[in-house]
Amino acid sequence: MDFVPSFALILPELVLSFAGLMLLLLAAWGGDGAGRKIAIAAATALFVAGILIVPGLHAGTDGPATLAFGGLIKVDSFALFAKALIYLAAIGALIVAPAFFASPSAGTERGMRAEYPVLILFSSVGMGLMVSANDFMTLYLGLELTSLTSYVLAAILRRDTRSGEAGLKYFVLGALASGILLYGMSLLYGFTGGTGFAAVRAGLTGEMGTGALFGVIFVLSGLAFKISAVPFHMWTPDVYEGAPTPVTAFFSTAPKVAAVGLTARVAFEVFGAQIAAWQQIVMFMALASIIFGALGAIGQENLKRLLAYSSINNIGFILLGLAVAKVEGAAAMLVYLFIYVAMSLGSFVALLMLRGEDGTLYETFADIRGLSVTRPGIAWALLLFMFSLAGIPPLLGFYSKFVVFQATIEAGLVAFGAIAIAASVIGAFYYIKFVKVMFFDEPAGVVTGKSGAGHWALLGLTALIVSPLGYLLTPSLTDLAGKAAASLFLAA
Amino acid sequence: MEGLPILSLMMCVPLAGALACLFAGANAARWIALGATLVTFMLGIVLWSNYQIGGPQWQFGERANLFAGFSWALGIDGIALLLIMLSVFLMPICILASWNAIKKRVGEYMAAFLFMEVLMIGTFAAQDLFLFYVFFEAGLIPMYLIIGVWGGDNRIYASYKFFLYTLLGSVLMLIAMFWMVAEAGTSDIPRLMQYGFPAEAQTWLWLAFFASFAVKVPMWPLHTWLPDAHVQAPTAGSVILAGVLLKLGGYGFIRFSLPMFPDASAQFAWLVFALSMVAVVYTSLVALVQSDMKKLIAYSSVAHMAIVTVGLFAFNVQGLEGAMIVMLSHGLVSGALFLCVGVIYDRLHTREIARYGGLAINMPYYALFFLLFTMASIGLPGTSGFVGEFLSLAGIYQTSSLVALVSTTGIILGAAYMLYLYRRVAFGGQANADAAAMSDISAREWIMMAPIAAAVLWMGVYPESFLAPMRKDIATLDARLAAAAPAGDARLAPGTPRAEAANALGHHEGMEHESGSTNSAKEGAH
Repeated sequence: MDFVPSFALILPELVLSFAGLMLLLLAAWGGDGAGRKIAIAAATALFVAGILIVPGLHAGTDGPATLAFGGLIKVDSFALFAKALIYLAAIGALIVAPAFFASPSAGTERGMRAEYPVLILFSSVGMGLMVSANDFMTLYLGLELTSLTSYVLAAILRRDTRSGEAGLKYFVLGALASGILLYGMSLLYGFTGGTGFAAVRAGLTGEMGTGALFGVIFVLSGLAFKISAVPFHMWTPDVYEGAPTPVTAFFSTAPKVAAVGLTARVAFEVFGAQIAAWQQIVMFMALASIIFGALGAIGQENLKRLLAYSSINNIGFILLGLAVAKVEGAAAMLVYLFIYVAMSLGSFVALLMLRGEDGTLYETFADIRGLSVTRPGIAWALLLFMFSLAGIPPLLGFYSKFVVFQATIEAGLVAFGAIAIAASVIGAFYYIKFVKVMFFDEPAGVVTGKSGAGHWALLGLTALIVSPLGYLLTPSLTDLAGKAAASLFLAA
Repeated sequence: MEGLPILSLMMCVPLAGALACLFAGANAARWIALGATLVTFMLGIVLWSNYQIGGPQWQFGERANLFAGFSWALGIDGIALLLIMLSVFLMPICILASWNAIKKRVGEYMAAFLFMEVLMIGTFAAQDLFLFYVFFEAGLIPMYLIIGVWGGDNRIYASYKFFLYTLLGSVLMLIAMFWMVAEAGTSDIPRLMQYGFPAEAQTWLWLAFFASFAVKVPMWPLHTWLPDAHVQAPTAGSVILAGVLLKLGGYGFIRFSLPMFPDASAQFAWLVFALSMVAVVYTSLVALVQSDMKKLIAYSSVAHMAIVTVGLFAFNVQGLEGAMIVMLSHGLVSGALFLCVGVIYDRLHTREIARYGGLAINMPYYALFFLLFTMASIGLPGTSGFVGEFLSLAGIYQTSSLVALVSTTGIILGAAYMLYLYRRVAFGGQANADAAAMSDISAREWIMMAPIAAAVLWMGVYPESFLAPMRKDIATLDARLAAAAPAGDARLAPGTPRAEAANALGHHEGMEHESGSTNSAKEGAH
C-alpha cells in the first residue's frame, strides 16, 4: 500500500504533531520561562498548517482523491473549511494567553505554563481528525484527543479551585458523553457490521430497526454533549466560568467548530439515508437551545457565564441549519460558524482586556459599568459584538442569522423558522444589557489598565469582520461554504 | 446628472461625517454634523430638482452586486423622494436643536444622528427587499443609544421597550420576506410589487408585515412604546422619531402591504379601520388629560398616524394622497411641536404644563410659532394639516361613512387638546416667576423654526408642489389596488340635471339660468 498520498493529505496534522512533540521537549528543557516563545512557535506552526490547506480550500476537493489510509480519513472541502476555522481560532487563543497568565487573576502561579501552547497544538490535531473522520474509529480518536487536552486546559491553573472544579466537571461529564457515544457506535457496528462511514450508511438504508435507531440516537446524544446543545448543555456555564478566560475563548470557538462539523458529517454522510430519523431530534435541540440559552443568560452577572449561555443560544441557530437537512442548510451553517467564531473570539478578547491598574481581570457586569467613558475602544467593540450576536443589521451577525433562516424557510419549515426567530428576540434582551451597562450607567472606574498590541490587533480584526464592512466578505464566504457543504452530500 | 450615484452620495456624506464626529471634540463635532447634514440637504434639493415628474416610475437607480444573498440596489419614486426630502430637511434642524442642550459625549451623539440619517435615506431608497430590511432594522441601534445615553430619568426602561417592541415586530416580517423571495425568485422590490402572490399566502404575509409596521406606525394597542420613548428621548430624538421613524410604518404599508398583497389588504381593511378608529378617539382623549407636554404630543402623534392608516386603506387616490400628505405634514408639525417643547424645556428644564403660563407675554415670537404649529396640528385651512386630513377623510368617506365619522371626531378632539395645551402654556396669567422671566427665542431657534413654518404654510397653500411628484405613483398604486378595492358604502350615483333651475321662476325663464346652473347638477339628482 502506497502511503505517500495519504501522508500528503494529512500534512497539516503532521506539521502540527511534529511541532507539538518538539515543543514539548523544548518545554521540558526550557521550563515555564520559555512559555512565551513556545506560544509564538506554536502559533507559527498553526499558521503554516493553515497555509498548507489554502490551495485545497480555494479549489475545492472532493471524491476518492481525498481519502487517506484506506478510507479512515477524508480530507474534503468540508474538512478543510472547518480546519481553517479551527486553526484561526487556536491562533487567537494563543495570542491572548500570555498576558492573562501573567496577570494577578491567574492566581499564585504567575506566568504561562509551557504546556499550554503544546496542549492547544495537540487539541488542534485532534479537531482536525474529528472533522476529517471517515470512520467511527478515527472519529473517536480525534474526539478523545481533543477532549483529553481540553480537560487539562480547563484545569491548567492548578492552585485555582474554580479552574480545578471546571476541569473535573468537564472531565466527568465529557467521559459520560464519550461513553454514550461509544455505546451508540457499538450498537451501530452491531447492526450494520462496519465502522466505516460508508459501511454504516450502507447498513442503514431502507427500513431501520429499533437497535440501529437506538444507535443513531446515542451517537447524536453524545455529539450533542460535545456541542453543548440543550438538553445536554449543563456543563457549559460552569466550565466556561471556571476555566481561565483564554481557555474559555478557545472552548467557545475551535472545539465548537470541530464538534459541529463532526455532527454535520455524521448526520449527512452516515445517517444521510435516514434523515427522517434525526431531523425532528435536531429541530427540537435547535429550538430548545435557542430558548433555554436565551432564558438562562438573563439574570447572569458573570460575563463569562453569560457568554456560555450565549454560545448555547448560538448552537441553536447553527443546528437550525443542520435541521434543514439540505445542502443550502449545511452551507448556511458553515457561514454561521465562521461569523460565530469571529464574534465569539472578539467578545472574549474584549473580556480579556477588562484589566485593572495592576492587571487584574474583571468579569462581571458591575465592573463594566460606564465602560464607554473610561475605555471607549473596548466598549465600542463590545457594542458591535453584542448587537451582532443579537443579529441586528447592519452587523455581520445579522447575515449569519439571515442565511440560516433563509435556508429554513426555503426548505418549507416556515412555522419552525417563525418560532425560532421569535425566540431570538429573547436573546436580544441580554445582549443589549451589555450596551446598557457600558453606555447608560455611571462609570465604575475599575477597568483602567492597558492592554498589549496583540489584543488590540485581534480585537480590531474581529470587530472589522463583524462591522458592515464584513458584508464584503460574504460572496467569497458563501462560495467556500457552498463547496464545503456540497462535499458532504456526495455520498447521497 | 446621469451616472452620478447621488443616492449613495447622500448616504456617504453623513456616514463620513459620523465617523469624523466619533473622533472629534465637542465643538468640532457640532460643526461637522451641521455641515454634513446641510450638504446632504443640498444634495436632496439637487435630487428633487432633477427628479422628472411624470418620468419613469423609478429614477436614480443604482445597482451593485456587492453581497451574497442581496444586492446594493437603490432607486426612488415620488413617494420615496418626498420622504427622503422630509428626512434631510429635518436633520440639520435636529442638529441645531441639540446645539446647547447636549453637553456630554457630543461627538458620539452627533455620530448617532448622522448614522440615523444614513439609515433613513437607505430605507426609503432601497430597492432590494433585504437591503430595505437591513436599513429598516439597523435604525434600532442609534435610536437605542440616543434614548439610553442622552434621555431623561426613566430612559433605560424606555430604551428597552423601544428596542424589544420594534425588534419583535420586525423579525416576523423577515420570515415573510424569505418566503416571498423563495416564491417569487427575486428580491427586487419593483418586481415584487408586480408579483401576484396566492391569495391564501397573502393573508399570512400581510399579517407578518403588519406586525412590523403596526408597531412602527404605531397603531393602537401597540403604541405604548411611543409615549415612553418620546418623553425620555432628547428633543432632537423626539423630532426624528416623530418626524421620520413613524413614517417608516406608513411607508411600509404603501410600499409593501398594499401593492404586494392587495387582496389581503382589502380583506384586513376592517382590522386597520377598527384599530385606527379606536386610536383616533382613545389616544385623543388620553392626550386631553396629560400634564406632560411631550406625552401629549406623543399621543397626538398616534391619533394623527391613525388618520394616515385610514387614508391608506381607503383604496382610492384621495385617501392615498391624503395619507402621504398627512405623513409629510405630521413629520413637520409634530417635529416642530417637539422643538417648541424643547425650546422651553431648555430654559426651565421641565415639561410640566402647569409650570408654564402666559408665555405670550414674555415670549411673543415663540408664542407665534407655537400657535402656527398648533393650528397646523389641528388642521386649520391654509396649513399643511388641513390638506392632508381633508384628502384622507374625503378618501375614506367614499369607502365607509362610519370610519369617516369617527375619524372626524378625532379632528375635533385634536382641536380640543391642542388648544387646551396652548391656552395653558401661552395664554393666561404668568403664574410662575421663573417661567415669566424666560427670554424669547434666540437666533438659533429662529433658524430652526422659520424653515418648518415656511414649509407648513407652503404645503398648506400650494400642496400641488408635493402632490405632483407622487401623483403618477399613487395612480399606479390605485390601479394595482382597483381589482381588490372594497365596494364602499357611499353609493354615489351621478344625478341627472334638472331641466330648469330649482329657483327658476316661470315668467323669467332663460334669465336666471346663469346663477342656477352651478346647483343644478346636485339638486337635480334622482
